[in-house]
Amino acid sequence: MSFFIQSGNIRHVLYTLHKPLRCLQFPAVLFFCDLLSNRRLSLTSSEPQTRARGVQLLSDVLQEDSAALSQREGLSTTFPVPSGLPTFLILLSDPRSGGAHRVLREPPQRQLRGHAARLTGTAGSGNRFRRRTFSSEELLVTFVSPQTRCAALPPGSAVSMLRSLFQDVHVQSLMIAERACVYNMLINLMDTREAELKSLGADFVFGFVQSMDGERDPRNLLLAFQIARNIVVRGYDLGKFTEELFEVTSCYFPIDFTPPPNDPHGITKEELVQALRAVLAGTPKFAEFLFPLLIEKLDSDVQSAKLDALQTLNAFLSRCEHTDTAEFLQGLWSSLRREVFQTSSEKIESAALAALTALTSCLSRSVLSSDSEDVLGHFLEVVLKDCEHHLREPDLKLVWPSAKLLQACSGASYRASRVIAASVLPALTEQYSSKTQCSQRRTLLEVLQRFVQSVKSSRSTEDDDGVLSAHRADLCGVAFAALSESNASLQVTAAALLASLARQTGLLLEADVRLAVDHLTRLLLTEDDDRVSAAVVECAGVLAELHPAAFATRLIPRLKEEVFSDASQQHSHHAVRRRCLSALAAVSTQPSVVQESTPVLLQVLKSALTGGVSLEEAVLACRSLQRIAARVQDTEEAGTCFHDVIIPRLLSLALQAALQEEDSSGRGGALVQEDFLSAVVPVISTSCSRLQPTLAARTASRAVSLFLDGDVSCLPENSFPPRLQLLQAEEVSWRRSQLVCLLMGCVCALPRGVELPRTDELLSRLEEMSCTCRHPLSYTAAAKCFAGLVNKSAEGGALDGVIQRVRARICRELDSSSSPLRTQAFTLLVWVSKALLLRYHPLSTGLTDQLFSLLDDAHLGAAAADGFLLLMSDSPDVLNRGCHADVRIMYRQRFFSENSAKLVQGFNAAPQEKKPNYLKALSNIVNTLPQQVQVTELPALLSLLLEALTCPDQGVQLSTLSCLEPVIASPPPVLLQQLEAVVGRLLALVCSPAMNVRMSSLRCVRALSLLPAHQVQDSPEQLSGSLKLIRNECRCFQVLPFRARVLRALAPPLDDRKRLVRQEAVQARGEW
Amino acid sequence: MSGSSQLENANPVIFQRSGERQQTAAEEDEDVHDPIDDREIFDLIRSINDPEHPLSLEELNVVEQVRVQVNDADSTVSVEFTPTIPHCSMATLIGLSIKVKLLRSLPSRFKIDVHITPGTHASEAAVNKQLADKERVAAALENSSLLEVVNQCLTSRSL
Repeated sequence: MSFFIQSGNIRHVLYTLHKPLRCLQFPAVLFFCDLLSNRRLSLTSSEPQTRARGVQLLSDVLQEDSAALSQREGLSTTFPVPSGLPTFLILLSDPRSGGAHRVLREPPQRQLRGHAARLTGTAGSGNRFRRRTFSSEELLVTFVSPQTRCAALPPGSAVSMLRSLFQDVHVQSLMIAERACVYNMLINLMDTREAELKSLGADFVFGFVQSMDGERDPRNLLLAFQIARNIVVRGYDLGKFTEELFEVTSCYFPIDFTPPPNDPHGITKEELVQALRAVLAGTPKFAEFLFPLLIEKLDSDVQSAKLDALQTLNAFLSRCEHTDTAEFLQGLWSSLRREVFQTSSEKIESAALAALTALTSCLSRSVLSSDSEDVLGHFLEVVLKDCEHHLREPDLKLVWPSAKLLQACSGASYRASRVIAASVLPALTEQYSSKTQCSQRRTLLEVLQRFVQSVKSSRSTEDDDGVLSAHRADLCGVAFAALSESNASLQVTAAALLASLARQTGLLLEADVRLAVDHLTRLLLTEDDDRVSAAVVECAGVLAELHPAAFATRLIPRLKEEVFSDASQQHSHHAVRRRCLSALAAVSTQPSVVQESTPVLLQVLKSALTGGVSLEEAVLACRSLQRIAARVQDTEEAGTCFHDVIIPRLLSLALQAALQEEDSSGRGGALVQEDFLSAVVPVISTSCSRLQPTLAARTASRAVSLFLDGDVSCLPENSFPPRLQLLQAEEVSWRRSQLVCLLMGCVCALPRGVELPRTDELLSRLEEMSCTCRHPLSYTAAAKCFAGLVNKSAEGGALDGVIQRVRARICRELDSSSSPLRTQAFTLLVWVSKALLLRYHPLSTGLTDQLFSLLDDAHLGAAAADGFLLLMSDSPDVLNRGCHADVRIMYRQRFFSENSAKLVQGFNAAPQEKKPNYLKALSNIVNTLPQQVQVTELPALLSLLLEALTCPDQGVQLSTLSCLEPVIASPPPVLLQQLEAVVGRLLALVCSPAMNVRMSSLRCVRALSLLPAHQVQDSPEQLSGSLKLIRNECRCFQVLPFRARVLRALAPPLDDRKRLVRQEAVQARGEW
Repeated sequence: MSGSSQLENANPVIFQRSGERQQTAAEEDEDVHDPIDDREIFDLIRSINDPEHPLSLEELNVVEQVRVQVNDADSTVSVEFTPTIPHCSMATLIGLSIKVKLLRSLPSRFKIDVHITPGTHASEAAVNKQLADKERVAAALENSSLLEVVNQCLTSRSL
């Protein structure tokens, strides 16, 4: 090969070499480098095309090679950088050296990499010289940029490269791509050659400032900001160019950039803002320039500039010292104060408050020495002077903004909160006691509550009390006084105040807690207002977590007394009991409280067995138990409590009720109801999934032997006959067979990795039951339980065998159209397919195909369509992540993309009367997909969806409309082509008999009016006049023809009999 | 319109917004007929923006629920609004906005009457006369710049 290269035919060789070289990479590079270093042939060739080709080839090879090398790190040591290459590089990079002149002496005759067509002329006149360097830069920059990533450059070459770059290249006159190369090169060098670059000193900064000055392209700006950030953060010497660097970056502040529609580069304003902020807030050295700039922007009227300035201020303050801020404090404070007092948007207000917090904590970092003044103290004095008098004013007009400012300061540091609390809290408590109006008192209470919240609870030294301890008595006094008021909103706020006082560690004394508990108990038992009881329950939850003892000894006995008091027949008492039950759940987060509270709940359930408590309350008690199981700390103590006491007791209660009912003594009525059982299941499954896996395994194996063998020995207080039959579908009554759902709770929620004994036997019994039992709840529960087990079974032949067997059985049942057990088989089919679909089991496809074929079935067609909803949605009691089921992410999307074609095909082939089933199945599937997927996938299905709008079934209409709404919000072009059909069908539905359909079709109509501008195709004639006005009009161009028609059609719904429909109609019509 | 950059009422008293209307079970029931009531009309107009402040008419107490009377059976609506200051030059514009909003949002059977709360504006009679004159309202809405200002007041703040 080298022979060819030596001969005159270099160009051809290079062309032929290009591909193989790029593929071979490593050996080829060795060869190529060798070639270069020895001869420099292609690059010094007299033919421009050859030269260009050579440079490009080298650049490509190096780029790919360094990527490959960094992957195979071992090789990098063996990669011999030929000695000639870097020298050559330097040669190239120095345009004045003879080498480069030789390279670039000949004018190219043909276009060289696109842009070089302008390169004409030979060396000589200054003008031409400039042009020539231009070409050298292009070549050079594309060539050098990948090279800089290679760590093997000899020392010193980076410096000389940069020197010549800064000296001879006018970066801003390059094309966008070449500028990007320059920036990339700098970034690479900064990553690998930090020490060398720093040796350049301030020259480097100056060079960079010059090269980025005037950059306009957002992509390149991102890179440039990155370099600037590196410069300030990595401690490069800014020298006397600090101001220059600041100027060249800050001139972009605040960034105002709207990406063009259909921007392929995807650069957002947010990215630019973040990048620039990182530069500006990167070093305290910018302080003297940045503060005036920020204050100026804060005083402007542009909202986004204000917001950006505040956020930048916030970021900057976290870096700088108090000395930097000294001379700007007054200005900053007055700007921030103005933003909060005359706020126009919440965003700006909260940004201003955050900046104030940052400012205060910046000042708090200052170290006090004996001779310096207390900066923080001075600042807070000013703040207090400006704000405090508002707190004392009688009409409380500006109390909120000033309170917010003070809170922002006090939240910043311990010292600040101490100063502010000392002067503000007494004023507020005094105000509170002097006011008589409830609304004013409430405002003051809320202010107080925020203050307590904002106070830093950390203590500066051991012997120092918290900030609030001096004011504890006052604060508690106010809270308790407000709790004893009769006004509901005062009570609510007081409860919140109490909760935040409790959150301050070590603030409340024992006596205070006792008093608080008494107040809360009283309110719980006497107050009817829902808001109050909700607040009280929440506050009790917070207090109980920190002070469990007081609750266990005071609150719970009192509640228990109330729950079992004799007055339980009165109507008002039901509400009290309901509150008691929910309060019991709320306070039980500590195991010691749980041990007191759960017996009460169990006792409630027990009295339901004898008819003492209604079904509703039994369900509530179960819910409370479930909440406790979900929230209690997972300790040994709590685990034992649930697994050894509560679950056996629940099982035994349910069993007792079933047996009693069978004996027709009939009193356990409430506990055999489906509602009760489905409330018990979550209690069991939550505790099995969350608490103490080893204990859960024991519970599960007990449950298995109970259900398989009738082994009742584990149940407390049992007088059951031994060897109870529970899983024999044929023989036992439904009251007993439905208890299988409790088995499901025990075995399906176990964490993965917990072994379950006798799985095979269990599976076959469950299969038998789900296929033969005639009681709906029983066979559904058995099918669910079966599915839950299948979902977690280990992959392998055994599992496949079980699935094949079940599938054959299901097929047999479904195929005999007269079989009475088809519904059972169908239920099992749906659940098993769900179990397999969730874990991506290969056999799931066969099952779901079966489901698709059922859509044509005369009896089961509609049920099959609904089955897809079940398949796609999360079920609450089994096969969800809470139960540790094997759920792969994106299974819905996968199912949809695999099966949507089948659905469309089936729809087209189906007879007319079966089509609604397909549409319903489709809308069920599509509805559960995330919106992003919907929007991208739906164009293909649009015609089907429009068909669905004319389908008479209201359910289908409704779900289709809810699919269409997001699609209309970001319409694909297909939709715009079919606008006529869409509008027509939507307007027909506006007068549908079902109000939900009316409402969602009105919402769609409203969305239509907002069709975004960029989707509307601008025809060239309209734009040719370059009249911006016309373009704006185009926005409504596509929907405008429908306007009169829509407005007419929307008139009747304005007079709809339902108010909710009217509201939608008003909004839709208003938009049109 | 004032024509100057100075706001006429630079520091208005701000009133609390009432919350969203509570939904009742009856409203979700298909078979119950909900009549149009005062609150519904009030909900329509309370979120209209004030022409000179970034606040709604409700926050400025220009409209109040007690000053809205509606008779669904007779198809009449009467709304009284209170300008923030007696010589407010925006009164006509506010009235027009309320009127347009109601025209657009109510069934055509309603007769809509918008006027200033008696005794709260200097040139009360003149404004009332303008608002009651159908032709003048129609003519005002032909004026595209005026229509734009009205639409600006009517666009909900969430958008």
